[in-house]
Amino acid sequence: MASISEHDTQQDRQGFRPSMLINDTRYRGLTFQFIALMLIILAFAWLGANLMSNLAAAGLDISFGFLDEPAGYDIAFSMIDYTSQSSHLRAAIVGVLNTLLVAFMGCVTATIIGVTAGVLRLSKNWLIARLMSAYVEAFRNVPVLIWILIIGAVVTISGANPRAFLGEEAESNLFLGMFAFTNRGLYAPAVEIGPGALIVLIALIAGIAGAIAWRWYVKHTLFSSGKLLPGWPMWLILLAPPILAYFLFQGAIGLSMPDTMANRFNIQGGTLVGKPLIALWLALSVYTGAFIAENVRAGILSVSKGQTEAAAALGLRPRRVMNLVVLPQALRVIVPPLISQYLNLTKNSSLAIAVGYADITATLGGITLNQTGRAIECILMLMLFYLIISLAISGVMNVYNSTVALKER
Amino acid sequence: MKTTVFLGTVGAAALAAGVAGAATLDDVQERGTLNCGVTTGLVGFAAPNASGEWEGFDVALCRAVAAAVLGDPTAVEFVPTTGKTRFTALASGEIDMLARNTTWTFSRDNDLGFEFNGINYYDGQGFLVPRDLGVTSAMDLDGATVCVQTGTTTELNLADFFRKNNISYEPVPIETNAEAQQQYLAGACDAYTTDASGLAATRATFEAPGDHVILPEIISKEPLGPLVRHGDNEWGDIVRWTLNALIAAEEYGVTSANVEDMASAAGDSPEVNRLLGTEGNLGEMIGLESDWAVNAISAGGNYGEIFAQNIGEDTPIGLARGLNAQWTDGGLLYAPPFR
Ligand SMILES: N[C@@H](CCC(=O)N[C@@H](CS)C(=O)NCC(=O)O)C(=O)O
Repeated sequence: MASISEHDTQQDRQGFRPSMLINDTRYRGLTFQFIALMLIILAFAWLGANLMSNLAAAGLDISFGFLDEPAGYDIAFSMIDYTSQSSHLRAAIVGVLNTLLVAFMGCVTATIIGVTAGVLRLSKNWLIARLMSAYVEAFRNVPVLIWILIIGAVVTISGANPRAFLGEEAESNLFLGMFAFTNRGLYAPAVEIGPGALIVLIALIAGIAGAIAWRWYVKHTLFSSGKLLPGWPMWLILLAPPILAYFLFQGAIGLSMPDTMANRFNIQGGTLVGKPLIALWLALSVYTGAFIAENVRAGILSVSKGQTEAAAALGLRPRRVMNLVVLPQALRVIVPPLISQYLNLTKNSSLAIAVGYADITATLGGITLNQTGRAIECILMLMLFYLIISLAISGVMNVYNSTVALKER
Repeated sequence: MKTTVFLGTVGAAALAAGVAGAATLDDVQERGTLNCGVTTGLVGFAAPNASGEWEGFDVALCRAVAAAVLGDPTAVEFVPTTGKTRFTALASGEIDMLARNTTWTFSRDNDLGFEFNGINYYDGQGFLVPRDLGVTSAMDLDGATVCVQTGTTTELNLADFFRKNNISYEPVPIETNAEAQQQYLAGACDAYTTDASGLAATRATFEAPGDHVILPEIISKEPLGPLVRHGDNEWGDIVRWTLNALIAAEEYGVTSANVEDMASAAGDSPEVNRLLGTEGNLGEMIGLESDWAVNAISAGGNYGEIFAQNIGEDTPIGLARGLNAQWTDGGLLYAPPFR
């Protein structure tokens, strides 16, 4: 330490000479970085100027005005109000929401499938372990596009035509009077929101919060006074408020049943979980689930055997060993690759158009791009969207990762 | 790193677009083949036959242009394009011309920057439904699920039609005709909509074509024709006048059978003489050999022959001439004078 500062003051005394930028190892690195940066900027400027002049030569200009124009096309599945008279921007938003929906659903189910398969693949039960290996190998090694198409085809082939359910003398009846699995997707009752629904929702949230608080209280008293309070009040706290609110505000939340009489082609009313969504969601889940299973297996194997044995020696049952000792430590290894699996799943959802799911790539990057010819603008917006989403997912997951990572004190 | 890749891609795309501005005729002659964009497969219009050779109504136009420009109707590289990829393929210079059941519209001509070179088929959009549905009019389709190809005028007309008539439908967006056919036959949609000619061509390939009906309503105008990029007028003229030559040849009775004969010496119709290059210098004016039209007509015959052979009433597709008859027969085909 001392020698360095001595060296520094000596240099200072000599002053800075430009030749030191090349000769002095302390500055040489900076010089080269500066030169490299300039070259990169120049290269970009050249590309940018080229782009602009070529666009101008081709009579094209970059303009986002088309976003305000009516889109002109219909979208089968939209979570917000949308008609063919809505703007291209709105069509893009419909696509964004659809992408987010399938990505979210996919991440949740892929995690469930992945964790289950990863744990079971290590099972001592020969059959289960082999089945899980087969699952992982089959799904990991076939491209996800193929899985999307296969599941789409399976739904088309195995589902009945909705017409089979229609009319007075229908060939088939709704399952439980509520569900119909058809070659166009699954018809199910829809939740209908009436006045007072907000209060029911608040009651539900209050119930959940109360239940969590009770658990915390039980744990707290156990640790502080050694007294073990019963667990059942949790369920009471959880369920009582929403059920009470539901009955107090009659009609706040209702169900709209699929209607088989209204139309000659399709079941009306209720909701349709469409074939495109089913195919895309399931395919992304099982495909990514196979990768997550391997991450989970690796994570579990990374926890040394001594930990398991020590826990067993303390008298913990296998389930608790897994939940209390192995998994918390395994998470450190599992979470970072899990983030990239979530990113992959989200980006793979752009294959949606293969089954006609209206995600952002299909609306903005597909039909809008094609009908307006605004390729550069649309692709720019698409890239920006995926970039933002990916960064957001990494951001959230990194925060989570820091909570499970090894705490260094 | 992401931005680097991104700008590189955009830059590359822009560079490619710049290249496309050059004189297409020179490019084609230098290359020795014509790159012609066609469908991914629509029997009768453009599809590979059993021995892998492309044939069809649109294919014949590509061959006629290749024959006019290169003297060889087989010097064509066929590039299959979907409704979505066709315009990018043309704009980027991957293909020299597009002959793919493409509707001439204002925005494609002006906003997308293409030049339509005439109309080789006057069409309109229709609906195909299974006969046992008992539907007799498109107005009965309220609530139906409809298969439609994306990136087409078809999907826009469909939205307009249902909105105008205040009835509802579920669109199933699909990329290619083959896939649409498969979905339709599997019952994933109740109706398939596209240009009526395309419906007839698609239905002709079904196992039981009689089980499906094309509804009487034609909901749009679909003038289909070849197109090229804006900005190369010489090349646009070549495609335009090759098509006109085929149409005029039918009007004047020049066929693939007699064209050699008629071109061997000037006859007594000055118009035919100028067309076939035995009189005047039309070939020179358009920058081609004097026998350019002879080659184009020999490639697959005149317009009427091409129609009859690929999609006419004696083929399984069985389309009547209708609007596509010569003006002298009450149709809309009317080639400007060759003089
Ligand atoms: N004429 C319309 C529709 C063109 C279109 O896609 N036609 C269909 C059927 S007539 C087709 O050619 N499909 C062949 C393919 O999928 O490659 C347009 O230009 O937008």
